[in-house]
Amino acid sequence: MKTYKMSKERFPEFIDIIKSKSKLFGPVKQKEKHSFEEIDDFSQLDFEYQRTQIALKKFLTPPRYITKHFTKDGIEEILPLDEKNIVIGAHPCDIHGVKILDRLFLGNIKDPYYSKRRENLIIIGHSCLPDDKCFCHSTGTDMVEDGFDLFLTSLNGYYLIWVGTDNGLDLAIAAEDLLEEEINEEVIQEYFIWQQVREQRFSSNVPYFKYLADIMDLNYDSEVWEQFGEKCLSCGTCSMVCPTCNCFNVDDKILMSAEEGVRERMLDSCMLPYYSMVAGGHDFRPNRTDRIKLYYTHKLKEYIGKWGQPSCVGCGRCVEYCPVDINVLTVAEALYKEVGQTKEVLDL
Amino acid sequence: MSTQKCNEEINTYKAQPAKILALKDLTADTRYFKVRFVDEKIIEEDYRPGQFAILSIPGVGEAVFSISSPPTRTDFIEFGIRRVGSFTEALFKLKVGDQIYIRGPYGDGFDMKGLQGRDLIIVSGGLGAVPLRSVLLYVEDRREEYDQVFFLNGARSPADMLYRDDFIAMASREIVETHLSVDKDDTGEWPYNVGFVTALFPKIAERVVSEKTTALICGPPVMYKNVIKELLKLKIPKDQILMTLERRMKCGQGHCGHCAVEGRYTCLEGPVFTYYDVQRIKELI
Repeated sequence: MKTYKMSKERFPEFIDIIKSKSKLFGPVKQKEKHSFEEIDDFSQLDFEYQRTQIALKKFLTPPRYITKHFTKDGIEEILPLDEKNIVIGAHPCDIHGVKILDRLFLGNIKDPYYSKRRENLIIIGHSCLPDDKCFCHSTGTDMVEDGFDLFLTSLNGYYLIWVGTDNGLDLAIAAEDLLEEEINEEVIQEYFIWQQVREQRFSSNVPYFKYLADIMDLNYDSEVWEQFGEKCLSCGTCSMVCPTCNCFNVDDKILMSAEEGVRERMLDSCMLPYYSMVAGGHDFRPNRTDRIKLYYTHKLKEYIGKWGQPSCVGCGRCVEYCPVDINVLTVAEALYKEVGQTKEVLDL
Repeated sequence: MSTQKCNEEINTYKAQPAKILALKDLTADTRYFKVRFVDEKIIEEDYRPGQFAILSIPGVGEAVFSISSPPTRTDFIEFGIRRVGSFTEALFKLKVGDQIYIRGPYGDGFDMKGLQGRDLIIVSGGLGAVPLRSVLLYVEDRREEYDQVFFLNGARSPADMLYRDDFIAMASREIVETHLSVDKDDTGEWPYNVGFVTALFPKIAERVVSEKTTALICGPPVMYKNVIKELLKLKIPKDQILMTLERRMKCGQGHCGHCAVEGRYTCLEGPVFTYYDVQRIKELI
């Protein structure tokens, strides 16, 4: 992996160069929230952000898009446009989120819509410092080794830039005049110090995270689920903001002319009523408790069984956005307390 | 294999047009559909019994249906479809010669090759006859590959029995030992058994060799419960009881999430599960 150094003074020029290559998106402050938006000018970018409301999935599985267009003559398949987008400022947790989506959509059966968008998305990561809602060091997603094209670590007066892919190298070569190749001992020392400082900033340590699969299994019939079910509003916010939630629904629409129509795909959430209802009206998960259980069992237990890690990246979005305080941290904590005497067995 | 250009991506969501060849009402609300792909190069034999297809009508939507014909009979695909929702409402308005779109096959289905040399007990109830008809016709076409084969079918009444003529013909062909039953005979002319499907087990019990038997069952939940009890009495191992389950699905390819049961996608790892799985995976039934 190639590494460069770039003075922060040259950063606006760097942005100009990459912006000349393709559309550029980055974190922009909108009222109290941040959002990845298209960038016209360097000044719009705000890297002092904790988390955007919607993760990188907005570029890969948009909330709603057309997949087919029907006319009387036949069906036209609508694939995403073949144009590159660059997104700058993605934090490690969000890059891990994309890696989890990749596993699902680019696995044995490739999703053509996702695949096209993913091919065309260039990710430039950016280092971050955690707030009280971040728990990525508990999910093992606080650092990122791949999944990005370039990664910028912000140090004192300069950036350290990692190159992750050929696409990233192309950008680096285009910005060659701004980059220094020499990384001396001092820089390495500074990077290590920065890492230690960052490590100390994590306030929500969840030591039992690595036992989550067991904790979930032992608590399958726990009353805790009922309590959360009672509180849950079934609003689906947790799914909308989660970087790894990807469930979708498909719907056909006839346009006003009645001569043509479209098939649309839109984000869905297993927290919403009717998510599991089949034709004829049988609902496999009629109440909120069933649906919360599915959400958390899938993310925190079954996914670990399959891939050795949860499908949670510790970004803290559910912690920030759930209106009734149901999130990975509160659910994990409540289940952990339920285990009771087994704690000793788990050796914590 | 198709002559695909290098690097050309397959769009697995692209459905193929097919024409309706024949229609027949099986019961008051269930209809038989026989279809053939418009593109003659598509081979209709590349699937396993128990797999399903996704039918679509542009402008109405897509829905998931079990394939009811066997891969041993080519040039057409058959479905048995109950009118229960908005998609089937539209589907039932179509006539012979009309076009629909089909993609698939999806799911793992029954591993009929893996079952070679074994005894089979095939038990269906109500709409469960649809996927199991594919198994039955497959076994009839390749009878020499299996040892004893028993077929037990239950329906509420003669009028509610799917594929009634097919199964009566099957009983008289005697290639597969067929026992038909209705819960209630309201016609007074039903020549076969009356009673729940479980009442048919004494007819085969003595001849069942539990070590070499696999049971394939499909039906409503209450039937599963009682039939499994009978099969366990016959000492059929739990991992040799294969059942096919239903879930909501939007993609058939493990992408949309709707059919997830814990972490398993019914569309990829099912819809056929063993009773052993069903007991272990919470909320499977």
